[in-house]
Parts: sequence; structure tokens; C-alpha cells
Amino acid sequence: MNNRLYGNLIFELSREGRRGCSLPKNRFGHHDIPQKLCRKHDAALPECDEPTVVRHYTNLSSNNFGVDNGFYPLGSCTMKYNPKLNEELSRLPQFQHLHPQQPAATVAGAQAVCTLLKRSLCALTGMDAFTLKPYAGAHGELTGLMTIRAWHKANGDEGRRTKVIVPDSAHGTNPASAAVCGYDIIEVKSTAEGLVDFAHLQTIIDEHGKEIAAMMMTNPNTLGLFERRIPEIAELVHGCGALMYYDGANLNPMLGVCRPGDMGFDVMHINLHKTFSTPHGGGGPGSGPVGVKARLKDCLPQHVSPYQGNFAVLMRAYAYILSLGREHIKKVGPLATLNANYVKEQLKDVYELPIDGWCMHEFVFDGLKDKSSGVTTMDVAKRLLDYGYHAPTIYFPLLFHEAMMIEPTENESKETLDAFIGVMRRIAGEANAEPETVKTAPHLTPIGRVDDVQAAKHPVLTYQQLLLNETN
Amino acid sequence: MMYKYFPHTADDLQSMLKAVGADSLDALYSDIPADVRFRGDYDLPSEMSELEVRQLFEQLGRQNRQLVCFAGDGVYDHYTPAVIPDLLARSEFLTSYTPYQAEVSQGTLHYIFEYQSMMTALTGMDISNASMYDGTTAAAEAMMMAVNAGKKQSKVLVSATVDPKVVAAMQTYADGLGITIEMIDEHDGATSLTDFGRRLTAGGVAGVMVAQPNRYGIVEDYTGFADVAHSLKALFMMHCVAADLAVLKTPGEWGADIACGDGQSLGIPMQFGGPYVGFLCCTEKLLRKMPGRIVGMTSDNRGQRAFVLTLQAREQHIRRQKATSNICSNQSLMALFVTVYLSLMGRQGLKEAAMLGYDGAHYLCDQLLQTGHFSLAFDRPFFNEFCLVCDKDIDALQQYCAEAGYMAGVKTGDNMLMLAVTERRSKEETDRLVSLINEYMNTL
Repeated sequence: MNNRLYGNLIFELSREGRRGCSLPKNRFGHHDIPQKLCRKHDAALPECDEPTVVRHYTNLSSNNFGVDNGFYPLGSCTMKYNPKLNEELSRLPQFQHLHPQQPAATVAGAQAVCTLLKRSLCALTGMDAFTLKPYAGAHGELTGLMTIRAWHKANGDEGRRTKVIVPDSAHGTNPASAAVCGYDIIEVKSTAEGLVDFAHLQTIIDEHGKEIAAMMMTNPNTLGLFERRIPEIAELVHGCGALMYYDGANLNPMLGVCRPGDMGFDVMHINLHKTFSTPHGGGGPGSGPVGVKARLKDCLPQHVSPYQGNFAVLMRAYAYILSLGREHIKKVGPLATLNANYVKEQLKDVYELPIDGWCMHEFVFDGLKDKSSGVTTMDVAKRLLDYGYHAPTIYFPLLFHEAMMIEPTENESKETLDAFIGVMRRIAGEANAEPETVKTAPHLTPIGRVDDVQAAKHPVLTYQQLLLNETN
Repeated sequence: MMYKYFPHTADDLQSMLKAVGADSLDALYSDIPADVRFRGDYDLPSEMSELEVRQLFEQLGRQNRQLVCFAGDGVYDHYTPAVIPDLLARSEFLTSYTPYQAEVSQGTLHYIFEYQSMMTALTGMDISNASMYDGTTAAAEAMMMAVNAGKKQSKVLVSATVDPKVVAAMQTYADGLGITIEMIDEHDGATSLTDFGRRLTAGGVAGVMVAQPNRYGIVEDYTGFADVAHSLKALFMMHCVAADLAVLKTPGEWGADIACGDGQSLGIPMQFGGPYVGFLCCTEKLLRKMPGRIVGMTSDNRGQRAFVLTLQAREQHIRRQKATSNICSNQSLMALFVTVYLSLMGRQGLKEAAMLGYDGAHYLCDQLLQTGHFSLAFDRPFFNEFCLVCDKDIDALQQYCAEAGYMAGVKTGDNMLMLAVTERRSKEETDRLVSLINEYMNTL
């Protein structure tokens, strides 16, 4: 990774008349196009030669840190290794050039990948049917909630079931997806142990039972804790006629350990870009297949996307499952869980662990134990960048002021974890010995801390606006 | 225990378990009630070597058949320059997360800023977000934006000439939110301005969605539409094929408030339906209603120009149920795809590629009309896709062509066939399609 910024914009490398492409000659003859339907000026795109484009994006990539660069303990994101084989397979020309509306007889192989992947996902989750259409986790949540709505509608119960229960520790997408699906949200509190407050849930259900459409949960929850009372929770929710939704964001530690379908969940989504190793790509494309129990099969919506979702992502996930096979896939959860507990145990004397006990794939610190230096979670996160690590997820979940959520996946070796633990302890030491170094970190990255306020107050969102700004 | 993706040796396991105070891996799960533990074996195949996985996929690949593609209907067979897959495979791009840590994510933030700049240049709009899942969901998000921007209106008008797949996605989102979608009549393959005006005047309309080119490939004349919509306080939204905007009058020039669509036509392989990339652009006025991620320029504490995710107060991780959308990602890597594509094609190349498709489609159309078996479905200008009417069995015709390795368009009605041509189709391939169709007709 660069330690000096490569800061050009492609527009700044543009010179009039340069070309970066070569096209076939036009042998179809010229056909007139009505001028009133045409744009007045060419689109202001850059004009660059091919080597310039290649160098520009190659240099830009060096401003970035990926899983292939180093340890990426970003909680809730499951930044595991993205196998190279899967990348290559996803680009096989026999799949890459298929039009989604080709006759069925010409796409049997692609259909088989979908069928086999669905079957594997059923086996791994204990669900009975899957749709591969959702494009991402949040899209899967929406699809799952639409399924739930369709189920209540089929039971003549849609009109009054207008509410969805969401724990206060839930991912922000849970309440947002429920709202996009037209539901009101009831938040259930967490106990001091970080689990769903069963008594509060009971009260909610006593009061609103007939209005509840579903409860959304992730298990383990966003604190990395297993919700042990899940059988009772499911019973309570089912008792009032509502359904249980499983947010699959934290599915990784459950591989080889538990299946959502056996825990009482009726509908779930899976983030293939987390548990099934497809690359995050700087924020997408992901894939969020939705699984349901048999009785809900006919309620899956047909139009969340036109074809088979992000097909090339599905191919990668299936290749991952085949590579590990039934022997190794069940080790994923235990190894990820061991790694997380290992890091937690060796740092909890210097970082504040609000809830002790076994964690699953991740855990949450509430900042430094000794906060007297004024060094915050943000500062620690930024200082980690100087040492060649990506930062953990910070200030989430919202239950703790200085939340720092750490998730080492099963791919990390003991040496990597030991080195990380060493650096985390060192930063805790620096916080007392030389707090300014930590508070002003990072120092060794291509750029220093950015001015978020300026970005939001005077938005400059395009090169055109940037030029206007410069002339003013 | 050892496996190529797991680094743990037996010694590592021993010492790590000891360090955490567990006597076995199973002990880590002592919190889990026994009746929800999964103790069996997954019903999955046994592990496969890299070679075996590769062979399996190659074998599945042989069950597919690549066809010379004259189909479109929203997905187009454009050429991908060799530079793109090479740059997209760079793992600093491929294996990074959402650029929340700006200091180690300038690569991603930088190209998203370039992407936003290029999409606004292409659409003639002020603002673009960092991208959406695809063209259909981008339209649904546009609809939600219009309803959020409107005061109390919950009705959205959609032209009957908008791709039904796009309408289906909008309807799917509308159902949950209590949004009413009303279709505007079409007249001879184009949106009826009369019906448009009539439905708008009835009131309660937050926005209107039209398409360019429309579901039949027709380039519609939207003169006057935006003015009528604006005079009745409704937003004017256009769903477009990105590549065609190199030549066509832009949504900005037509007076649109929101432009959306799919960026697949910017060189992204068809790959059986995805991943593609949705674009969503708007006027500056609507900035705060925009869903999804947006990258903005700022500076760092060393005085350098830097880029950062901005205006996050709109988003789900801050606003939760009050967010403008539940979207939590973009199609970042596909936005990079489009950005590199547009950098290579540039101002001239993109236009030339679009005109190759335009000229190819008009040539093909002329050739097919000359066979005497077809007539034009609509007497209107089209871009690189057009509809023909034929009184013969279209399914059988397409099957005949498929057997010869050609995808002869998409059937869009009992007697209607829609064909598309891109810069990827040679004159030889085009002539061959015409002779195949002729051969088939002669067998009848």
C-alpha cells in the first residue's frame, strides 16, 4: 500500500483528442438520426490513452487496503479470504456471455449452478427453499419481509399485523428494511448481559401480539453473543401468530454449530459476501439469498430482481462450498469462534469488555479500560492503520459509547493474531505515554484524518463542481 | 484440521484453547442449548480439490451454449476492453470493504467520485450517488425519492412504455409503502401526452416515470412533458439505457428531476443477469432525498485533497427506520467497471460505439423488412433496438436460429420480435442472421 497519496483524478490526465479504445470499422453504412433527439454537447468524459488509464487505476488501487493486504478485523463484516479460484471460475466465458433470456436449453449449466447452490444453502441452514434473487443483505431483508407480509395476507391477517420487533442491538438495515416494507418498528431492549430482554419481549407481545408480523434477530447478536433463550423467544413469537426472521449477517460462526432452521426461524437471508467468501469489492456487489420453511415457499416475491440475482457472485459462493465440502465447512464456525475468544481474552485487561463470557465470531470492547488520557475508540482505530491493520468496526452497536467491534475470521493464523494483540497493547501503552501520537493518528497512511464537516457542509460531489469551486 | 484456508496447526489449537481456558472447541459453545446444536453432517458433497472444482464448472459450462446475441430488452452484449477485468482483479479494490476508513480507502473513494462525475456528465444531471444494485431497483428507489420529496402525494405515474421488468420492481416496493402506481396509456409505441396530462391533472401525483429508449427501443420525444409535470408539482423521472446517452438528448436536457437506469450497457458482460450496476442521478435540489452512498471532496489534516463518504445522515446506519432507503451497499466494483470503461472509451469512443449499434440496428431492420416477412411494429425513431411484427410462429423462428448458434432477439408479444445490435456484432453475423431467418421462412 502507498504511504504517499496518489491523488490525480482521471479528468486531470485528459488531453483533447487522446483515445483509449479501438473499435471495428462501421460497415453498415451511415443512417441519419433526428437531431432533435440528440444531445447538444458531447458528454464531458476524459480523453486518455490506454497506458495512462492503466497506470491511473493501478496507482489508485495502491491507496487502498484489502483483505489480501493484511488483517481486517472489521466486526460484523466477516472479512475472510476470497479464494482466487472462485474469481477465475466466475469469469468462465461459457457463463459470462449468457443473455439472461436465452432459451432454457442453452443455459442448463447456469441453471444447474443455481439449483445446486440452493440445495447446499438449504442443507447448511435447515431451510426448505431459497430464492437467489436478492442483490445484497439489505435487499434480502426486504425480500424476507415481503415474504412475511405475503404469508399474513394469505392468512387474511395482513391488515392488522403492522409491526415488526427489532432488538436495540440490531443492524441499522433491520429497522430500515422493515420501514421500507411499510412496517412500524417496536424496539426490544437488551439486558445487562447483552441479550434480548425476555421480560420486555413478553410485555410487547402481551400488549401488541395481534399486531406483530415478525421479529427480526441475528444470532449470535451484534455483540457476538449467542441468544441462548432463542427456543423460548421463537415459541413466544410464534404463539402470537408472528414469524421469526433471521438476519444472516452473523451466520459464519454457526457453520458446523447451529442451523437457523433448527432454532425456530421461518425466514432468513444469507450474505454470500460474508459467510461464503465472495469479495466485498469495496462495497458490493454482494448477494443476499432468502431461505424459507416449506409452508412459506409460495410467499416468496417474484419481482425483487428480474433474473437470478447477482449470478456471478452465486458462482463464487458455490465454488467455495464445493471446495470445503462437508468435511471442512463445519470447521469454519469453531475456528472463527476460537480466534475471536483468543483475541478477546488477551486484550480484556487493557480494553473494557462490558460483557464477559464466551463470544462467538466477534466481540465488542467499550474503548480503553483506562480512559484518563482521553484517547477514544476513534483514535485507537486510526492508530491501528499506522501499524498496517484495518480498523475494527467502531461506534456500533449503539449500546456502548466507545464500541469497538472485532471479528477475526477463521483464516487468520495464531501469528497474525499474536501480532495484532501486541499492537493493540502497544497502542494502549501509547495512550498513556504519548497520547498526542494516538490522537493525531494516522501518520503513515496516504492521507491523514479528513474533514467530514467540510465535506457535508459544502458538498463537492463531482469534478464539474470541483472546477466551479476552483474558479470561484 | 488442516485445510488450505485454515492456518491452525494442532499445536496452535492446543495453545489457543489453553489461552482461552477451554478444553475443546466444543466447550466454546457451552452457552448453546443442546436441542438447537447441529451435530450431524451437512448433506453436501465431500471436499473437492482445486482441479476437481475447476473441472466441475467447466463441465457445467459445456451444458451452456453461447449464442451470437441479437437480443437486448434491457441487457446488451457490448464488448469489454481487456484492461477492465485486469484492473478489477486488483485485490486492493476487490477485497476491500466499504470505504468507511477514508485514510486507507482513497482508491475506492477516488473512483466513486470519478464515477459520480461521469454519470452526471452522461445524464446531464447535477448529482449522482455511488451506484445502486441494478436498473430496476434504481427505478424503485427513484419512485421512493419522489414520494419522499412530495408533500402528501403517494401516487406515481408510469408510462406503459417503461420496461415491464422495471415496473414490476417499482410495484414490488410500492406495495409495502402504500404508493399507488398508475399506468399512462401508450399510443403507437410512445407515451400518450394527452393521457399523461389528464392523469396529472387529476392530482395527488408525486412523480412520473418514463423511459428512453422505451421498452420497444423507441426514442421518444418528451418535449413538454417536464413542464406539464412541474406545473402540477410532480417530479419528472427518466429511466435510460446508459450507453445510449452518449448520443441521445440527456434527461437533464429533457428537464428531468431524476435520471435512473442500468449501467450494464457500459461494457458489463451479460453474465446471466448480474451483477450489473444501477445509476441514480438527480438535480441539486433533491440531494438530501437521494438514497445510498455519496462521495464528496474534502481535505485532510495535512492539507491534501481527499475524498470521503458524505451526507451520511440520510442513511440507514444513522437514521435506522427513518432512512431514505434501506440500502446499505452500492455495486462498488461494478461502478469501478463503468468508470474504467468510460475512461477508456472517452468522449469520442463512447459515441462511436453507440453509433455502430445504431447503424447496425438500422441496417438489420432494413434487411429484414426487405425479406417481406416482417413489418415495423411502430413507425417511430429507434436507437439500437427495434420491434418487428411477423405473422409466423416466433418461438419456432427463434429456436431455429438458436440451433444455428444465434439468439434472434426477444419475443415481446404474440407477433412481435424485438432485436438489438451493439458494436460487437459484425456485418457477417448480421447478414448470417438475416439468411437464417430467410431459411426458416422458406421451410414453412
